[in-house]
Amino acid sequence: MADTPQNPRKKKSPYTLDRGTPGAFEGETVTRRTLMSGGALAAGGIATAAIALPALGFALGPVAEDTIQDNWRDVGPESDFNATTYVPKVITIVPEVGGEVGKTTIYVRKAIAADKSPSDKGAPLPYVAISTRCMHLGCPVRYVQASQRFICPCHGGVYDYEGKVVGGPPVRPLDRFYTKVENGRVLVGKRFSLDSHLRRYKPRDPSNHVDGLWKYLYPSRPTT
Amino acid sequence: MTPPKPPLPNSLKRRPDRPGSQPLTGAPGGNGPNGRNGKAAVALRKQQQREKRKQQLLEIPISVVGWLDERSGVSPFLRAFMFRKTPRGTNWYYTLGSATLFAFLSQAVTGVFLAMYYDPSPSGAYGSIRHIINEVWLGELVRGMHRWGATVMVVLIFVHMGRTFVFGAYKYPRELNWVIGVVLLVLTLAMAFTGYLLPFDQRSFWATVVGVNINASGPIVGPYLADFLRAGPEFTATTLSRFYAIHMLLIPVLIAALIGAHIYLVTKLGTTAPPWLKAEKSRDLAKEEV
Repeated sequence: MADTPQNPRKKKSPYTLDRGTPGAFEGETVTRRTLMSGGALAAGGIATAAIALPALGFALGPVAEDTIQDNWRDVGPESDFNATTYVPKVITIVPEVGGEVGKTTIYVRKAIAADKSPSDKGAPLPYVAISTRCMHLGCPVRYVQASQRFICPCHGGVYDYEGKVVGGPPVRPLDRFYTKVENGRVLVGKRFSLDSHLRRYKPRDPSNHVDGLWKYLYPSRPTT
Repeated sequence: MTPPKPPLPNSLKRRPDRPGSQPLTGAPGGNGPNGRNGKAAVALRKQQQREKRKQQLLEIPISVVGWLDERSGVSPFLRAFMFRKTPRGTNWYYTLGSATLFAFLSQAVTGVFLAMYYDPSPSGAYGSIRHIINEVWLGELVRGMHRWGATVMVVLIFVHMGRTFVFGAYKYPRELNWVIGVVLLVLTLAMAFTGYLLPFDQRSFWATVVGVNINASGPIVGPYLADFLRAGPEFTATTLSRFYAIHMLLIPVLIAALIGAHIYLVTKLGTTAPPWLKAEKSRDLAKEEV
């Protein structure tokens, strides 16, 4: 074209008339064709986003919402439990699921003075309710009374009487549940996680560290 | 003496020839052995009719294909797609990609039919798989094809990838096809992971718990990824239906689309010769290099 600028650094005129665009108007900077195609693209983009964004939010929604209700589950009278050994109890974690999937086993014993957590502000928990979810990858651990250890069948994680890691791949002590006593019944509430000093944290997934610098790689999630 | 035959109804009578049509051979008229209705003439007429019908029948598929081709113009594309030039030395190793494609198609077909009986609910999933295996006619076979076909597809995709690597078929200009292939590999493994939960027995449940927690062990994004897979912090009924939807709708569509792109690029770029074949240089070029 004849109007190709000789000097590439020379700025093109913003006016279509100066650029020699066919059908240009005085004072026009955007041609009708550019405006129309831009408008059509924008309309298509808005229409696509109007479908895609709600669908995406629908699929990703559970990541941002806390769906675990703060419900207290009765696990039996106080006379069922003692301070020297664990009693297995089955509680329902997710009530809306039928069958066995929503249930889990916990181990419960009476708390002693040594169980006072460093992060306890008010009264310490009256009972220790330990989750059987292994902190390596989530298999169910089993309490062996003879050795006073929690042992995981999948990859050989071993925890001591308090739930602290003594062997194998787990990254932190076994999770626990909040407990309280009402009318002589023991109630079990929400789950919480513990670091190696048994300080409390919001519940994390198995395999997520809460100790040292590692914990910055595993942020707390909005779902718990 | 036989009684006379009853007269034929008009509809069964042979119609007279149309005026101007091919006159039948043999002497015109008469009922003699060589006449119009003689034995030889009738046999010949029948033979001709059979030939004519055969020709007409053969015309049907040709005209149908012709009708489609005239309106779609697909034949130049199909010719270029199916009758490609392949390099000398092309061997059985070059069929591994097609084998993987066939494994995917087999999974797709058996999967669609399994979905007719499968119930993706925590209380019904295991029972529906039992039902498919034990009660549905050929259910054990179709479910077995899907279950073993999954393993076959994973094995084939790795062997296909190994062939591509060893033959150097990932090099310029085929890098993009390698990248698409790697995405297909990841999607295939995601299919294997999501499909493993669906029988919902003890093995698949705990394997999926472990698998999701392995996802959770990834730094920063891991915990969120696990929440996405489980649809929350705990394993729920939604987890099963979520895995089912990912397994039978989301990933198959992505795999099918990417296979399309993969095959398009293979068609566009052609295949490579095996590495043990030396390139045939022209004499001039060889001289120039010396």
